[in-house]
Amino acid sequence: MSTISREEVARLAALARIDLTDPEVTRLASELDVIVEAVATVSRVATEDVPATSHPLPLRNVFRPDVVTEPLPAEEALAAAPAAEDGRFAVPQILEED
Amino acid sequence: MADDLTRLPAADLAARLAAGEVSSVEATRAHLDRIAAVDPAVHAFLHVDAEGALATAADVDARRAAGEDLHPLAGVPIAIKDVVVTKGMPTTAGSRILEGWVPPYDATLVERIRAARLPILGKTNMDEFAMGSSTEHSAFGNTHNPWDLDRIPGGSGGGSAAAVAAFEAPLAIGTDTGGSIRQPAAVTGTVGMKPTYGGVSRYGLIAMASSLDQAGPVTRTVLDAAMLHELIGGHDPHDSTSLPDPLPDLVGAARLGATGDLRGVRLGVVRELGGEGYQPGVRQRFEEALELLQEAGAEVVEVSCPHFQYALAAYYLIMPSEASSNLARFDGMRYGLRVEPTEGPVTAERVMAATRGAGFGEEVKRRIILGTYALSAGYYDAYYGSAQKVRTLVQRDFAAAFEKADVLVSPTAPTTAFRLGEKLDDPMAMYLNDVATIPANLAGVPGISVPSGLDEGLPAGFQVLAPAKADDRLYRVAAALEARLEERWGGPLLAQAPELEVTR
Amino acid sequence: MTTEATPLVDFDDAVRRYDPVLGIEVHVELGTASKMFDGAPTDFGAPPNTQTTPVSLGLPGSLPVVNEKAVEWAVLIGLALNCRIAEYCRFARKNYFYPDLPKAYQISQYDEPIAYDGWVDVELEDGTTYRVEIERAHMEEDAGKNTHVGGATGRIHGAEYSLVDYNRAGVPLVEIVTKPITGVGARAPEVARAYVQTLRDMFRALGVSEARMERGNVRADVNVSLRPSPDAPLGTRTETKNVNSFRSVERAVRFEISRQAGVLDAGAAVVQETRHWHEDTGITTSGRVKSDAEDYRYFPEPDLVPIVPDPAWVEGLRASLPEMPAARRRRLQAEWGYSDAEMRDVVNAGAVDIVEATVAAGASPAAARKWWMGELARTANEQGVSLEELPVTPAQVAELQALVDSGRINDKLARQVLAGVLAGEGSPEEVVTARGLEVVSDDGALLAAIDEALAAQPDVVEKIRGGNLGPVGAIIGAVMKATRGQADAARVRELVLERVQG
Repeated sequence: MSTISREEVARLAALARIDLTDPEVTRLASELDVIVEAVATVSRVATEDVPATSHPLPLRNVFRPDVVTEPLPAEEALAAAPAAEDGRFAVPQILEED
Repeated sequence: MADDLTRLPAADLAARLAAGEVSSVEATRAHLDRIAAVDPAVHAFLHVDAEGALATAADVDARRAAGEDLHPLAGVPIAIKDVVVTKGMPTTAGSRILEGWVPPYDATLVERIRAARLPILGKTNMDEFAMGSSTEHSAFGNTHNPWDLDRIPGGSGGGSAAAVAAFEAPLAIGTDTGGSIRQPAAVTGTVGMKPTYGGVSRYGLIAMASSLDQAGPVTRTVLDAAMLHELIGGHDPHDSTSLPDPLPDLVGAARLGATGDLRGVRLGVVRELGGEGYQPGVRQRFEEALELLQEAGAEVVEVSCPHFQYALAAYYLIMPSEASSNLARFDGMRYGLRVEPTEGPVTAERVMAATRGAGFGEEVKRRIILGTYALSAGYYDAYYGSAQKVRTLVQRDFAAAFEKADVLVSPTAPTTAFRLGEKLDDPMAMYLNDVATIPANLAGVPGISVPSGLDEGLPAGFQVLAPAKADDRLYRVAAALEARLEERWGGPLLAQAPELEVTR
Repeated sequence: MTTEATPLVDFDDAVRRYDPVLGIEVHVELGTASKMFDGAPTDFGAPPNTQTTPVSLGLPGSLPVVNEKAVEWAVLIGLALNCRIAEYCRFARKNYFYPDLPKAYQISQYDEPIAYDGWVDVELEDGTTYRVEIERAHMEEDAGKNTHVGGATGRIHGAEYSLVDYNRAGVPLVEIVTKPITGVGARAPEVARAYVQTLRDMFRALGVSEARMERGNVRADVNVSLRPSPDAPLGTRTETKNVNSFRSVERAVRFEISRQAGVLDAGAAVVQETRHWHEDTGITTSGRVKSDAEDYRYFPEPDLVPIVPDPAWVEGLRASLPEMPAARRRRLQAEWGYSDAEMRDVVNAGAVDIVEATVAAGASPAAARKWWMGELARTANEQGVSLEELPVTPAQVAELQALVDSGRINDKLARQVLAGVLAGEGSPEEVVTARGLEVVSDDGALLAAIDEALAAQPDVVEKIRGGNLGPVGAIIGAVMKATRGQADAARVRELVLERVQG
């Protein structure tokens, strides 16, 4: 029984912005299925009374003072840009409105 | 002459440099020559910076001649895993999506290396974005195990381990998220150390799994690892997760251990690590090493960590989830590869998808999709949320075990080096390589791998784990084992490695 | 799908038949020197991409470190909003792809905001107050700025490409979210506007932001839904963005109510979507439909550690809170003895500060109001400037009134003196002297003028002696005329009576 279907893989790939070929989708679906079955075991032992740990170490309240540090020069910030114009990063047309 | 220089442990080379018996330029040149000679076969390096390394070496020599106070490791060459950002030097993380990217800044650990004036030989090969256990997922070709060029060097840090094992560098930097320093160490007969989480700054480490990643030393001896660890470790204000505590005396612990006396030390053998699925020869070397440690005065106790059986599953949920988010920034907008779709409108959304489709390898895509799934609305609690609970249980297991033992021990990896291509078609089989190393990453405790011997001519590793912040215990025990084993072998294990064919 | 052709329902009609519910999200840019998670500067108007570090540019390997001042100010905002401050909170990643988002996730807060469950009272122009309940206030970082190139209006649709400036990426933001605002009826637009204004005033009073909406320091998104009656369940809401001024807030809410009423009247369903406000045409248009692409996959930010505010520190901040504008207004009204209507006029004219300064300079509250709300307001209106822009200071107004109070000038003269001050002739004292506008205080001169006036109207003497004091006014008038208004009318009257009766 498949937990991860081709449709699910396609949906996830869109969410993660990764173009996949059809063969890739098929292969991923079956590989991920196996993996998901294996990892689903965690929910068995992760009962309500067990707290989650998102950090290995109990650090708290780590801050920096509100002090300005040297920024990157614009040329360095833009140095690796695939495209740039007028000191800004040039990116393709954005479809969605915000 | 040059041959001798490359065979020296870093500490010995450092001593000769300090004594003026050899110059850093000579030592660096010797290693560059060795790289030229054997790397066509080994392929440990993705980038070699001869000019930069020699310039640093010359600078060190000049300062030393002028009587300047230098760091103990000044002038000793080092290689750096290509997941660490180096200013002015290409950094790819083993991925096509970052091919040719030259960072405008240095990782903190690189800043410390530069401040101590170690010549940086270059960047080493790795599984793409540190995802793998064999370095076969590098976008730039395989690295070959110096013990047998048809075999994997381990992963994800196979390049650093192979470089050190092939005498191309006396020191290297690796990173370990699920075993990526320790497992390559085990299969290449070298030393690999994963510090306590937060012990070494992550600023400048291209992130895979933020709550698991740690940088650490890759060397041929335990003392070398301790020295390098002291150089790169310690608090960093640029990393909110770096420990505020000063490092314990690691070099002192290594030297103490080397005397071979372990009376009073309790070694906990973890029942769940080392049974089924472990190659018999690997287990035998482990048992033999244990006996040696007992001869040194250590007491062996058995401990049980029942939730370790879920650790692999929890890891393969937490790690891809964090990685899927960490790798989202590679979208072709600001740096790296940009690919436009061949048909249809060229929009930002489509360019992002085309870029990532073309730039990421199969394993990376697999883990990103898996991580995206685990974090998805509706699945979070069952997957990511549950995995974080298993993490709690694993930490509790460690805490309980460390009540009974000062350190825990196990074989580092279930097998010796397998053949290139052998496990590529079976991701789960590949993931199982990390079964003994993963628990330490989940809990944030330190772990070290030292050679335990050979099984059918291939190295196996002995892993030691300690409580968080007790990295010194590892160095002591590991040094003791190393001393006794090398006594038995009549020299380091690597002396038994086949001579690599030298390319002229 | 909404047909934009659906006719709008008249607003008054709409609120008669539907009950509007609002939700307002306000983002405020904190005026810290450096960004939320790195030391890059935050100055406005710098050349593009000159204010980033590897962290705010999201370069591989970079890590965030929390700005402690930003946390402090977020707590101040929470306290000023009467919120509870979290005892433990964390940052979370909000994952989505957009070119202005360098890491493809925003570090924000999800289910553990720094402040929650508060309220703030907002005052409408007619004095009605309304309590807006606050759901939460949380910290997050801003994104960069896209400029769209090509296309008709330079806005996204039809753009050929975009240029991105990451100077703003990483600037600290606090997002404040209200609970559903109910029971406002026809006053919904005003309440929305007043709420945003109240917050703006508060940010300034706290000193945490310049809070200029036109600069984007304060941004508001308004959510509007309609339901048939207050007892009915909440309707489908729309979110309207690009609301860039207080006026826009009010107009956008008003429009959405009309539009949604039209949709519902037509028997259709309101689409849950993000809409875009157009200031020039006064309408909202459909933007992105909120699809399942909005799965942000929130999880706790692993590169940061939890924040556990020390209770003593929080109490210290609470004690340090400056007086909030509304409380200040109430206090001043009481001190000044103004009626509600009088105070409202002063507030609506934006004259509170200037009246306060005038009173501080020695004038009575009544006098301060008289001048600023009278002659000076008239002048400011005529010239199309604000009161602050007039070339007269509160101290000078106080001085002017003092001259009247001492009797050196009267009200009529004072207006002339004021005109002189406004014309740049100097301080009131200087104008009086230069123009000779003092009240004649020399009795001799007054008597001479009185005698002349009496001589000119002999029958008046008889009448006054006869007990009819009416004509006294005429004599005073004549004397005032003779002295060009520079006589103290009261003194003239005394002298007239003395002269006639004595």
